[in-house]
This record gives sequence, structure tokens and C-alpha cells, in this order.
Amino acid sequence: MSTASKPGRRKSPRSAIPGFGINLGFTLTYLSLIVLIPLAGVFIKSAGLGWDGIWHVVSSPRVLAALQLSFGAALIAALINAVFGPLVAWVFVRYQFPGKRFFDAVIDLPFALPTAVAGIALTSLYSPNGWIGQFLEPLGIKVAFTPIGVIIAMTFIGLPFVVRTVQPVLEEAEKELEEAAATLGANRWQTISQVILPTVFPALLTGFALAFARAVGEYGSIIFIAGNLPMVSEIAPLLIIIKLEEFDYAGATAIAATMLTISFVLLLLINSLQAWSRNRGGRK
Amino acid sequence: MSNPATDYSLQDPPKIPFEPLIERNSSISEPTWVRWSLIFVAILFLALFLLLPLISVFTEALRNGLGPYFAAIVEPDALSSIKLTLIAAAIAVPLNLALGVSAAWCITKFEFRGKSLLISLIDLPFSVSPVVAGLIYVLIFGRQGYLGPWVMDHDIKILFAVPGIVLATIFVTFPFIARELIPLMQEQGTDSEQAALSLGANGWQTFWHVTLPNIKWGLLYGVLLCNARAMGEFGAVSVVSGHIRGETNTMPLQIEILYNEYSFSAAFAVASLLAGLALVTLGVKSFLEWRYGDELAAGRKH
Repeated sequence: MSTASKPGRRKSPRSAIPGFGINLGFTLTYLSLIVLIPLAGVFIKSAGLGWDGIWHVVSSPRVLAALQLSFGAALIAALINAVFGPLVAWVFVRYQFPGKRFFDAVIDLPFALPTAVAGIALTSLYSPNGWIGQFLEPLGIKVAFTPIGVIIAMTFIGLPFVVRTVQPVLEEAEKELEEAAATLGANRWQTISQVILPTVFPALLTGFALAFARAVGEYGSIIFIAGNLPMVSEIAPLLIIIKLEEFDYAGATAIAATMLTISFVLLLLINSLQAWSRNRGGRK
Repeated sequence: MSNPATDYSLQDPPKIPFEPLIERNSSISEPTWVRWSLIFVAILFLALFLLLPLISVFTEALRNGLGPYFAAIVEPDALSSIKLTLIAAAIAVPLNLALGVSAAWCITKFEFRGKSLLISLIDLPFSVSPVVAGLIYVLIFGRQGYLGPWVMDHDIKILFAVPGIVLATIFVTFPFIARELIPLMQEQGTDSEQAALSLGANGWQTFWHVTLPNIKWGLLYGVLLCNARAMGEFGAVSVVSGHIRGETNTMPLQIEILYNEYSFSAAFAVASLLAGLALVTLGVKSFLEWRYGDELAAGRKH
């Protein structure tokens, strides 16, 4: 890790500080009992189904459509946030304007607002007679009870992940580099795209990955606005619940294992992409 | 902050606020019209996507006036859902607080192999869908689950009862406090603990009088976020609760039931309580950032 090589932080491997054993023991026990062993249960259970069993569940048209919607809409929502997130972060880091502190607090709203509350609020806004829906209805745009509604809900919950990862990096970015670029004849756009963007790019990727992962698994804020029509606006987590309610534990487990695997692989991929881009950018 | 032994080494040098003259230099800033249009777009985006839903919660809740609003809140099923939500958070948050401090202590005060793996594992619940978090406990304690028969034989109720709800809540809010503390304590290093120990303090005294005063705001911050999520968790709790009215419904589940019964204003009335909690959380959080920004700053860096 980069932190270990930072100067000014000396840590002797044989620390004089007590409490290592008991705290590590407690942490590992708690972690295993609450997280690791129960999660392993999903994979053990799905291993019991075998590849054929899992494939049989996942390849059914309804499950495929749900997985496609969950991952596709999450990708679009994360992309929207990857555009507006840095823009918001930039405005808050570089500019002064009235109400800044207030709006800065508002950015964290999706972290603090329970998903079910967000879900019913978004639905009432975008339903055909809602505050926003009534303007979209004459244009022929239907948001509530369609995949667009799913994307809107996913954008809502993902925004702070992108803003809050990009913002600190922008704050730390050295203005001297921009001055140097300007001195060397770069115009403002060149400076932004070739000096600032590469600096924030690893953070942007991290934020994108976090927003994407959260959106794929999101349930509460989506199910109200989605309308949950099978094959159209039914997300994968909802399908897990439906299977559970039908006591089809095998089906639920197969979908869950598939979602977990795809998410882990994607996160791993993005993590290595991020490490690569950080090295390439010459940062620590 | 009263202990002078802790003060000198931990604080960053005071930051002197200054506006460099170069700020006005057009070569590294944007024309005024670009500036204001960017601000406009950002604020419009935030207002449309974040602020409007919040406002609509309160508007819808009060649509029929104050009388029906309070009637919806003191309704017995709503009250019992509020009680259950408070119980679940009152168990889950202290447990995760203990874990967070303990994990951050190992990770930041010692060097050991597998440390970054441990950090990733602590973060794991963030990348697991809440629904899957509920499912894993169904697979263990359910009728056909690994421990299902044993639990039934001993007449212990976990699924569709309070213990299951608490377990799911603990899983989902697991990383919040640890995540907040690890970067903060990493930044602070071990020098002051070493000093306290060499002066004869024992481990517990060192933690209580040296470490805790340095991390208290970060700790409070983590507890706030953890609590907000614990009270608002929906997906995971929905899977394990069984939706028994007046018994295993938390506030978010009560909102869902009311909404699906088309009692919209009652649903929004209960929702407004949770939205109020979110506002208080954000308010205290902004206050902490404004007042103790420097002490929290380490946590913001990645």
C-alpha cells in the first residue's frame, strides 16, 4: 500500500502497544460469524446445485431479463454520475456561490435517507401527475414503472459515491501544475483535459465502481418506481425475493451467487484498472 | 483536548487561510459565464435529483393536514414499527461500534500480514446487495437451512422475528464505523500511544485518555452514518422479517405496506420521521465538518 512508504510514519513491526491479539481475535471472530460464514453459505448452497442447476435458473428468460436490467441500468446510472459527479465536485471545490454549504450537505442525502423513503418520494415525483412527471407526460416520456425509473433511482443513490471520491482529490490537486501548463501555452480546455482529468481519473474510476456496485444491488429505492413488470422493469434483487416467497431457495441462491460473482469480478477488474491508471499517471 | 501530552505531536501545523492572488489570473480559471453556467447546472442537478424528493416527502405527508398526519404516526402498527426500528438500531450500532474500534486498533497500530485483505473483507458488506444479505440468513436459519432443524428443535425464533432483523441490520451496517476510523487513526500514527505507554500507562488507559480523545469526532460521525443506515435498512430486513404486522415490521417495511395499500399520506407520514432522522444526521454531520474539519480531514482522504 502506498501509505506504508509515506515518510514521517514509522511503525515498528514489534509494537510496544498492547491489545493486538485480543482485538484481532475479536475482529476476526465477529467478521467470520456475521459476514464470511453466512456468505460462504450462498456459494456452498449453489455449489450443491452444480453448473447445470445454476445455468437452468439463470438462463430462464425472466431471470436473464432481470439481470440484464440490473446491470445495464446500473451501468447507465453510474455513467450519468461519472459525468455530473465530477462537475458537481469541481463547482464545489473551485467556485464560491451563495448556498454552497447547504448544497454540500444535500449531496450526502442519499447516504442518510432510507431507501424506502427515497423510493416512494421518487415515485410520487415521476408518476404521471407528480411534480416532474406532469411535465414529461405531454412529451410522451414515461418514467415511473419503466426502466427509465430504475435508472433515475440508481442515479439518485449513486451520486454521492462519485462526488465524495473525486472531491478530496480535486482539493489536493496542485494549482502550480495548472499554472505550469498555462505558462507552456496550454489553453484552459487543454489544461483541464490533460492535466486535471488524469489526476482525478483514478478517483473517478473508484467512485464509478462504488456507484455501480451499489446500484446493482439496490432494492428499496427502485421497487416502488420500477412497477416490477416481469421481463420489463423487474430487477434481479426483487426476483430473489420473489423466489424466496415461492420457497424456491435454490433459484434464489443461484441468482444471488451469479450477482455476487459478477459484482466481485467487476470490482476486481476496476481495482486493477485503477492501480494501472495510478501508476501510469505517475502518482504514488 | 485537555491533555497537553497529546496535543503537540498530533495536530497538523495550523492552516493559514489565504487566497492566492493568482486566483484572479484568467489563465487558470474560467470565464465568468462558464463559471456561472457550471454552477447553475450543478445546482439544478442536485435540486432535481436530491432536494425535490426530500421536499416531496414532507409535502405528501402533510397533504391532508396535521390531524391525519399525527393520527397516522400514533396508529398502533406504526408505533410498534417505530419501537422495533429503535430496538434493532440500539443493538446493531453498539456492536458495530465495538467492532469498528477493535478492527481499527489492530489495523492502524500494528503491522501484520494480510492486513489489506482484512480491510477488503471489512468492506465486503458494502458490495453485497441488501437482499443477498437477508438471503444468507434465510439459508442458515430457514426451514431447509443449515441450522434450521436445530433452531426449530430448541424453539428459538430467529427468522421472521427480532433476532433475524437485528442480524441483517448488523450485516448491512457492519463497515460504517471501521471505515470512518481506519483512515483517521492511520493518519494519527502511533507516536502518542508509544509516549503514553513509556510514561507507564496501561493499554486501557492509553486508549481511553490518548486515542479516544483524538478520534471522538470521527467516531461520532461513523456512529451517525451507521445509525441512519440501521434505522433505514429495507432490503435485508424485508427478506428476514416475514412482514408480520405489529410484530416484525420496522418503519421502512411499514412504509411499504401502507404504500402498497394506497394509504399514501400515512406512508409518507411514517416516511417523514425517517426523513427527519436523515436531516438531523446531515445537520450534525455538517456541523462536525465545519467545527472539527481538521480532525475529520484524514477520513475524507482516500
